[in-house]
Amino acid sequence: MNFNLSEEQNLIRDSIARFVSENYGFDQRNTVVAMDHGFSTEHWQQFAELGWLSIPFAEAHGGFGGGPVDTMLIMQEFGRGLVAEPYLPTVLLFGGLLQTAADAALQEKYIPKIISGELQGAFAYLERQSRYEMTDIATTARQEGSNWVLNGEKTVVLNGGAAQKLIVAARTSGEQFDRAGITLFLVDAGSNGFKSTTYRMTDGQEAANLTLSDVTAEAVIGTTGDGHALMAPIIAAACTAVCANALGAMEALNALTLEYCKTREQFGVAIGSFQALQHRMVDMFGACENVKSLMYRAVCTAQEGDDDAQRSMLALKVMTGRAGRLIGGEAIQLHGGMGMTDELSVGFFVKRLMIINTLFGDADYHQQLFAKLVNVSSSEQGEQSSEAA
Amino acid sequence: MDTRLNEEDLAFQKEVRQFLTESWDDEVRARCSNPATMKEGAEEWQDRLYKKGWMAPHWPVEHGGTDWSVTQKFIYNSERATFGAPEAVPFGVTMVASVIIDYGSDEQKAKFLPRILQSDDWWCQGYSEPGAGSDLASLKTRADLDGNEYVINGSKIWTTYAQYADWIFCLVRTDSSGRKQEGITFLLIDMKTPGITVRPIDTIDGFHHLNEVFFDNVRVPVENRIGEEGKGWTYAKSLLVQERLSIAEVADSKRALTELRELARGEVNGGKTLLEDPLFAKRLTDVEIELMAVEFTELRALASIAEGDEPGPESSLLKLQGTEIQQAIQELRMDVAGYYSGTLQGDLGADQLGHDFADSAQKNFFRGRAASIYGGSNEVQKNITAKYVLGL
Ligand SMILES: Cc1cc2nc3c(=O)[nH]c(=O)nc-3n(C[C@H](O)[C@H](O)[C@H](O)COP(=O)(O)OP(=O)(O)OC[C@H]3O[C@@H](n4cnc5c(N)ncnc54)[C@H](O)[C@@H]3O)c2cc1C
Repeated sequence: MNFNLSEEQNLIRDSIARFVSENYGFDQRNTVVAMDHGFSTEHWQQFAELGWLSIPFAEAHGGFGGGPVDTMLIMQEFGRGLVAEPYLPTVLLFGGLLQTAADAALQEKYIPKIISGELQGAFAYLERQSRYEMTDIATTARQEGSNWVLNGEKTVVLNGGAAQKLIVAARTSGEQFDRAGITLFLVDAGSNGFKSTTYRMTDGQEAANLTLSDVTAEAVIGTTGDGHALMAPIIAAACTAVCANALGAMEALNALTLEYCKTREQFGVAIGSFQALQHRMVDMFGACENVKSLMYRAVCTAQEGDDDAQRSMLALKVMTGRAGRLIGGEAIQLHGGMGMTDELSVGFFVKRLMIINTLFGDADYHQQLFAKLVNVSSSEQGEQSSEAA
Repeated sequence: MDTRLNEEDLAFQKEVRQFLTESWDDEVRARCSNPATMKEGAEEWQDRLYKKGWMAPHWPVEHGGTDWSVTQKFIYNSERATFGAPEAVPFGVTMVASVIIDYGSDEQKAKFLPRILQSDDWWCQGYSEPGAGSDLASLKTRADLDGNEYVINGSKIWTTYAQYADWIFCLVRTDSSGRKQEGITFLLIDMKTPGITVRPIDTIDGFHHLNEVFFDNVRVPVENRIGEEGKGWTYAKSLLVQERLSIAEVADSKRALTELRELARGEVNGGKTLLEDPLFAKRLTDVEIELMAVEFTELRALASIAEGDEPGPESSLLKLQGTEIQQAIQELRMDVAGYYSGTLQGDLGADQLGHDFADSAQKNFFRGRAASIYGGSNEVQKNITAKYVLGL
């Protein structure tokens, strides 16, 4: 047993860390998020050249064949710099669905374009009324000849403004909340009847609401009616990935706060010498260590196909949400008035942590999934664990 | 022990409700809640209060205050909060006015109080400095006497609404030879005096309220000094106690909690409302139970003030618990807004965004982080409570 990285993984991590330290200073980040769609296309090309966009994809499609540990490293390092480029929506969600659910022809057509940095994607599943319930899908798709025609609305779609292609979840049969009957469609952003309204998230990233009025889908992803089963594992993996992003952000935020407490003086001494603050910083550190441990647990169990993978992922998502709140709140508080300003990155870290808590369902939501999973008798177990996905 | 309202109180409550129903109308509400028109909105609202004679309930009657009993003040404040009406902007009517009333000269009272009452002047508070936050007494902005004027050099930071202010009340250093609490002087400074510049500070709630104020050879007539030179710390401290009591905002939290419950009732996840979610219900009721306690702590403090006790260190506990409750409610409101809580509405309509309270939830949440920082941070309140209440 060990928690060491391979040589290759160390190289990846170091190269991302170098990129972040050279390109993601406070002012540099402000410049990036002020750009169209909230990120730098130049950075994106650099990611392609450095091979980072290829990491989770299969070698058959020109990928690196990486696993959960590799994704963790990337997302964690990105989190330290609050990197704004859309790795999550394009590579992990859109790319992840193509990789696991699309037919070979679509994979061959689009995965190489993601890897080369030419294609931006997004995954649209949430709706106004859905809150965190991913089966609550009112967007419909009906068949017309060999085409599928989509109608409905999707909300808070990350990268929904820049994406050229999107995967959209729509109902092809069944009732609201039914798992069966959800189908994933590939949609081109230039289609007739497709409209995206963009806005910013509090951390500067762009999101969009989409309206689909008789939009003809380009293709079905996977089997009709099977969308829920296809998206659940991708969302589970994405949960772990955003927690890694949060972990990087927490580490950076704790380091900033610690440094501030060592240098800021009041009453003739560094404020870090007050025990009241020392204990709080120890709590922040402890919360971050807990996230890190659950993080390793989640990626190891996922990689090893362990039975405990689902439980570990849910625990991680709950802990990350709660730890993010604690660390974010304390970081502002310990910075005093400075913590309230946009002149330090503290606030942006806190905002990213708040957003990550809500992605794919917040801590309360995941804690209830966790309870459902673990509070069942052994006879029910088989049935229940597939449901909690 | 008896907390029932008597007949006179009930009649007063009716009058307050009637006034609020008529005067806190949609127009002034809309102007007050929009940052772009907040200043005019506040002035309009305060003008209505003034016309009713309720702009400064806590002032002595001779200066335009009321003779309300403690119970009446409590009733007024509860009703105001229930209607969602704001308190008057505190820097003038609550803060500097209390110092002027207690320690100012007759000329100062005659000059400043009527203008505060009629909202002719906006005031801001120039206490904190970059190097003097929690350790306020270490402030360095200098005032050197030159003839019958003080010459001010230095800077203040975190000055709320300095961009609107006509006047700033400042703590300045007139002597650095003794203990740092000595040698501090309380000055009233006209913001139009040459040598003053105001720099805005961008904040995490995206709303311009904070500023830095720079003083470069700013000349202030000696008659704008409150009380004696070097006694500013005593005057300043009396004001801090007032400030703390008002920061607790218990009545406003009650309203916010009621609103929160209604929002949660309207939010549905997988067919169930958020109120049916056991974890959310627990967190909501945890806050409510604490609020019920703090409400009575406040009543106890008010009753003892009515019996002639000075509000003292207990104000620290109220500030501490009151602001923790505010923040817990703001956090729950973010949770109710769900994944929308991370969105910025910008120029979009609520319908385009798809959500009508996420943007305000998010801004209030971030703005609300400051309540445990200003007015003496919550850590400092704990230090005060430990020292002066518990005798540690
Ligand atoms: C939104 C906002 C509005 C404000 N408006 C005004 C205004 O209008 N006018 C004005 O004069 N000021 C204003 N302030 C300033 C406010 O009073 C100060 O921010 C506050 O006193 C804290 O000072 P600081 O920011 O320098 O933090 P610091 O004093 O540097 O504190 C940093 C951290 O150290 C902690 N700390 C400090 N000393 C101790 C100790 N002895 N023991 C334990 N912990 C300690 C603090 O609690 C805090 O967590 C405002 C502040 C904010 C955020």
